[in-house]
Amino acid sequence: MIDIIIGHYNYWIVILLMMAGFYTVINRGNLIKKIAGLNIFQTSVFLLYISIGYVNEGTTPIIAEGFTRYANPLPHVLILTAIVVGVSTTALGLALVVRIKKAYGTIEEDEIHDKDMSL
Amino acid sequence: MKHNLVLRFITKYLFPVIALFALYVQFHGDYGPGGGFQAGVILSVAFILYAMVFGMETIEQVLPLRVLRILASTGVLIYSGTGIITLLMGGNFLDYDILSLRPIQGQHIGIMVIELGVGITVSAVMLIIFYAFSDRRNHD
Amino acid sequence: MIEQNLCLLLVVIPLIAAPVTAMLPAGRSPWLFTLVITWLCFAMSIWQLTMVLDGSTISYELGGWAPPWGIEYHIDALNAFVALIVSGIAAITLPYALRTVEREIQLQETSLFYAVFLLCLVGLLGIAQTGDVFNLFVFLEISSLSSYVLIAMGKRRRALTAAYQYLIMGSIGATFLLIGIGLIYAETGTLNMQDLHQRLQPILEHRTVHTGFVFMVVGIALKLALFPLHLWLPNAYKYSPSAISVFLSATATKVAVYIMLRIVFTVFSTSFLRITHTEFIFLILGAFGVVFASIAAIVQYDLKRILAYSSIAQISYMVLGMGFASTLGITATVVHVFNHALMKGALFMAAGAIVYRVGSSRFENIYGIGRQMPWTFAAIFVSGLSLIGIPGTAGFISKWYFMLAALEQQAWLIALVILLGSLLSVVYMWKIFEALFFRRSACTAAPVAEAPLSLLVPMWILVLANIYFGINTELTVGVAETAVRLLGVTAYHE
Repeated sequence: MIDIIIGHYNYWIVILLMMAGFYTVINRGNLIKKIAGLNIFQTSVFLLYISIGYVNEGTTPIIAEGFTRYANPLPHVLILTAIVVGVSTTALGLALVVRIKKAYGTIEEDEIHDKDMSL
Repeated sequence: MKHNLVLRFITKYLFPVIALFALYVQFHGDYGPGGGFQAGVILSVAFILYAMVFGMETIEQVLPLRVLRILASTGVLIYSGTGIITLLMGGNFLDYDILSLRPIQGQHIGIMVIELGVGITVSAVMLIIFYAFSDRRNHD
Repeated sequence: MIEQNLCLLLVVIPLIAAPVTAMLPAGRSPWLFTLVITWLCFAMSIWQLTMVLDGSTISYELGGWAPPWGIEYHIDALNAFVALIVSGIAAITLPYALRTVEREIQLQETSLFYAVFLLCLVGLLGIAQTGDVFNLFVFLEISSLSSYVLIAMGKRRRALTAAYQYLIMGSIGATFLLIGIGLIYAETGTLNMQDLHQRLQPILEHRTVHTGFVFMVVGIALKLALFPLHLWLPNAYKYSPSAISVFLSATATKVAVYIMLRIVFTVFSTSFLRITHTEFIFLILGAFGVVFASIAAIVQYDLKRILAYSSIAQISYMVLGMGFASTLGITATVVHVFNHALMKGALFMAAGAIVYRVGSSRFENIYGIGRQMPWTFAAIFVSGLSLIGIPGTAGFISKWYFMLAALEQQAWLIALVILLGSLLSVVYMWKIFEALFFRRSACTAAPVAEAPLSLLVPMWILVLANIYFGINTELTVGVAETAVRLLGVTAYHE
């Protein structure tokens, strides 16, 4: 039992962050908070990859004298790409929020819904 | 923020340090953490810091929006251009071995050029995003 | 040299064209340049399809690194078919886009519009070509981000909220796909699809593999607009610019169907589908989707919204075909991917032509417009018949194969649902015909001319293709059968 909690603490952290982010996306009505929740959700996925990709006592993956164990560069490269995708998504979402604010005057989801329905 | 003496002083002296660090990160991506994306972000941070302290007009004089758009496109074209050059020289797409007589040298050249393209595009795009979010003219 | 690198040039040429288009001055030149590039891509995809029609595969290593260490483009009949559909729809949307984009997008934004359009094309073609799971994720995100931008460029302010909702739901879907890829990578150590298939076989009962599979399927289902996760689609199709409605409705969700086919049948195998009983989930969600989306289409009062809900129903048909997990079922899905692209492309083009002339697609503004725009109405009529599944049109072929697949497994309830879907589509199509042709237009409405030729010609090319591929099924069914054979799906046994 203790082994499941302490031995796998990285997975618990990932699950906690993932659910926190996902809950924020679903529950919060403010558009910027939704994007923040999406960011937390994506960050938890990065932590999952990085914590799985750790090689015990592995050094940087450049062939050097005296080292036999190298870290696997592939998960880190995958995370770099996913981080760039996440940054682009956040930037695009925030740009949309700026234009929504200009068009509607508000960034609360229920107020936007009311303005659309009242037309 | 123009009136805060400490901020003005520090920013003026930090700007070249940050830019130099960005170049270091860019070209040492082979041997340590780094590479195009990180370096591009750090370089754009230098410009954004300067703009936040001294006002956007100062960096808009140096880097107007149209120049940034051209820079962003140029970086992507450098990346794909390297791939096309390897195609024309007979190898597969992005097969850096072809680029030089010794394959390891070719890999080195190839990676450096594409990371340069990535760095240019990323710094230009980060600055474009900053311009878009903070431009006072378009906000009512 | 071109022939060796063809599968790669299909992705790289629009990728180089996109930043070049962004730098062109506003005016006609971005449109002209994009037109040339899309037609070039269409020609290349036809060439590529002829190379793999007999069942052979092309394998291309990026960077000279052999798979599984490097990224590999592995082209078989299914990849080439999807690439053909995507580039074909793009090639036919561009002549259509000249007038509608001029009307709907501001002049100084047109070069950026076409640049983002080319990036979306890059993403979709890359998904069709790649043989590496993470490369698939990257191209999926490229196409999704570009489509959020394209949808947000619609005229009304509701386009912004539609694009925002699509962004949130699409990013959650892509992140689920990323989690699934991560878990599968942790179990096998490779990202190449063919290699994953080999390595997953001995460990199929591990819980990590099951979890990864579930995450991937749910993530793709969000992009696919499968029944309970379809909420972004009606608003996104209604408020986007006309050319983008045509392009996205005919390609984006079809490519998501292709991704689902690849992940479920190539990476995991058909037997895995049966072990995890996912086929029942596909059957149930597909059946519910057909019924609910068709009923939702009936109660709408806006032409583009009816077509959007109809798209959700047709996609549920494709998922039904996947749920059968037999040769006939997947053949039906692949054939329907092609036919639906033709049908919906023509219908959304007609809707866009109506919006071009009248400015709105709500029924209250377009009663009786069919009599003033006879060619457009005839296009809606023929495509509508194809959607219903009248013999002689392409839609009939797909419905026929779906019924065959259902009857082969003696799934009487599903066969009933397929028929019910056709009946419901008769109802909403008749609603469109009646509103457009038989109702009197309002007295205050200004007289409206027929749509200009540059809108009519692409529309009618798609309509005639509908009829042609309904009669000559050699291409569609032949390619589908080759593709299904290569996917490793077996015919249904008792």
